[in-house]
Amino acid sequence: MTADGAQRLPTASDGLTRHDHDPDVGGHFGRFGGRYMPEALIAAVDEVAAEYDKARQDPTFLAELDRLQRDYAGRPSPVTEARRLSEHAGGATILLKREDLNHTGSHKINNVLGQALLTVRMGKTRVIAETGAGQHGVATATAAALLGLECVVYMGEVDTERQALNVARMRLLGAEVVPVTTGSRTLKDALNEAYRDWVSSVEHTHYVLGTAAGPHPFPMMVRDFHRVIGLEARAQVLASHGRLPDAVLACVGGGSNAIGIFHPFLDDTAVRLVGCEAAGDGVDTGRHAASITGGSPGALHGALTYVLQDEDGQTVESHSISAGLDYPGVGPEHSYLAEIGRAEYVPVTDTEAMDAFRLLCRTEGIIPAIETAHAIAGALRLGRELGPDATLLVNLSGRGDKDVETAARWFEVVDPAALPTTEPVPDDAAAGEREL
Amino acid sequence: MSDTGTRTGLTVLDEVFATARAENRAALIGYLPTGYPTVAGSKGLLAQTLDAGADLLEVGLPYSDPVLDGPVIQHAVETALRGGVRTRDTLEVVESIAARGGRAVVMTYWNPILRYGVEAFARDLAAAGGLGLITPDLVPDEAAGWLDAADRYALGRTFLVAPSSTEQRLASTAAATTGFVYAASTMGVTGARDAVSDTAPALVERTRRHTDLPIGVGLGVRSGAQAGEVARFADGVIVGSALVSAAEHGRAAVARLATELAAGVRGNHTGR
Repeated sequence: MTADGAQRLPTASDGLTRHDHDPDVGGHFGRFGGRYMPEALIAAVDEVAAEYDKARQDPTFLAELDRLQRDYAGRPSPVTEARRLSEHAGGATILLKREDLNHTGSHKINNVLGQALLTVRMGKTRVIAETGAGQHGVATATAAALLGLECVVYMGEVDTERQALNVARMRLLGAEVVPVTTGSRTLKDALNEAYRDWVSSVEHTHYVLGTAAGPHPFPMMVRDFHRVIGLEARAQVLASHGRLPDAVLACVGGGSNAIGIFHPFLDDTAVRLVGCEAAGDGVDTGRHAASITGGSPGALHGALTYVLQDEDGQTVESHSISAGLDYPGVGPEHSYLAEIGRAEYVPVTDTEAMDAFRLLCRTEGIIPAIETAHAIAGALRLGRELGPDATLLVNLSGRGDKDVETAARWFEVVDPAALPTTEPVPDDAAAGEREL
Repeated sequence: MSDTGTRTGLTVLDEVFATARAENRAALIGYLPTGYPTVAGSKGLLAQTLDAGADLLEVGLPYSDPVLDGPVIQHAVETALRGGVRTRDTLEVVESIAARGGRAVVMTYWNPILRYGVEAFARDLAAAGGLGLITPDLVPDEAAGWLDAADRYALGRTFLVAPSSTEQRLASTAAATTGFVYAASTMGVTGARDAVSDTAPALVERTRRHTDLPIGVGLGVRSGAQAGEVARFADGVIVGSALVSAAEHGRAAVARLATELAAGVRGNHTGR
């Protein structure tokens, strides 16, 4: 505490300092990561890596990142003790890191501000992004508007039809939204299309990848832009409770919010790191998105990591009620942390997540993103296991405004006829809002 | 059995280019994916391409996420996958080409090979009479296992170079390559284009400073005239999307295009 009582917290730029947990020069975390991608894009990712390396040591860049994070995005985000939720979690202390209170409503803005500033630094004038429901698309369109960059967002046609409101948001922010009509016409295919654009446009375009996945340096760089979550939370919990949490929990799709909050705790070996994967209908049903729990190592979208694939290595479609977790891969550092046993990854079904969603709404007055509800469900389970002495830190990665329609259908809280017309099949509703 | 006898895949691949060079022309390399429109259909189309004068066939192994391919090839591989094509079908197609006396390499994204087992695929490809692999999303930096397996089974390993490749990467990529280098001539996905990119001659020239290996140029060739144009500066003319488009119209269309392309690489194309 400083003299005036204000807590001096780490800032976003502290997340970019070099540390012992960086990958090797080729971007490998153990055997995972690397660059499984066309030669045509190697020069581009080399440029991003070189520029990021300079930027992370440049006081001007770091000061600008901190200024935007503070004055524009609203950092630091608070930690809220969930006292009433605790009663449902074996009496364990539950602390919520409130990334839902950031501008645009989730942790996504941390990464997007960093990469947009990097785009300007590289002298590029155009950004592209992939999105499912549009959370990352909206965040990218926001940063592009702020910094005067042209912005094109690729979104599966299935998703653009069902998420018309987020398409409208992006267009209001000045972005072009391109519906992707290939493959399954969802997030995975939006990623493919973004790569195809980048191969043709790399001279003036930066690809703002939405999660800590893809080829090096993205898993490291996106992680670093999100490390502020864990750096702040660690200091906040130490200050308020005088101790470290027993466990840190986060939902894992691509895994950017999870790696952001986990990372500053890696050396605190007594702190358990628990990633909550989307188990959809259940991992044993085959209809899930739990890449680590139910997948196997493979190369997808630029990195060697756990992926959902068939016996011939063809990518298998994922299933989850949660848009943001509905992706058949995961960031390579999570694969590494799972393999060395430093982090554990647990499956949470649609039903468990939605139960936790409702519980958080009714006990704390917070409507979380459905992605985030998976982490809440994990915390409820772990709290009951560990009991009242336990302290659990949960990354409340996003707010649930975007999910109100899905939740209204799930809980049948309104007359279905009053909802916009989409196929009223639960799985279709989920497919309509994918997001890395 | 093919006429390759006891010679290794790599030796035969070298001969493909040596023969073309001796005839003072470029080699014609034709791509079609396994399983389009069916496995048997793809065998027939490849045989047609071979008989029309292609020197080397590129058998595409369908993959669910072909990030370097444009709409024509995407559509074809989606059709193949929907039809239930398997990795082993590609080996069977290669075998059918070898049995006909043709030469074939496999063009594949890397994950299906990782899944099959790099060593096992090299072994089975060699046994099927295949000459090597073209790997569009595998750079030598990640290819340690494949470099070893290719050496062990004497298979060609074709890596890609691109207009954006630095001199250093041209050198390291060429050094890891055997058989021939694939020059992806435009910054973009596969697909026939009206004009051959003007970056292609420059890329070939830059690559030649780093290697004596033959250089094949791909991405965008769709006519005999264009094939002739590319043949003036490259050792191999690679045609993919145009053949796949022709395949939509049946075997005769493929034969017609392949014949035109084969004349093109011999400088006998009509037009222009």
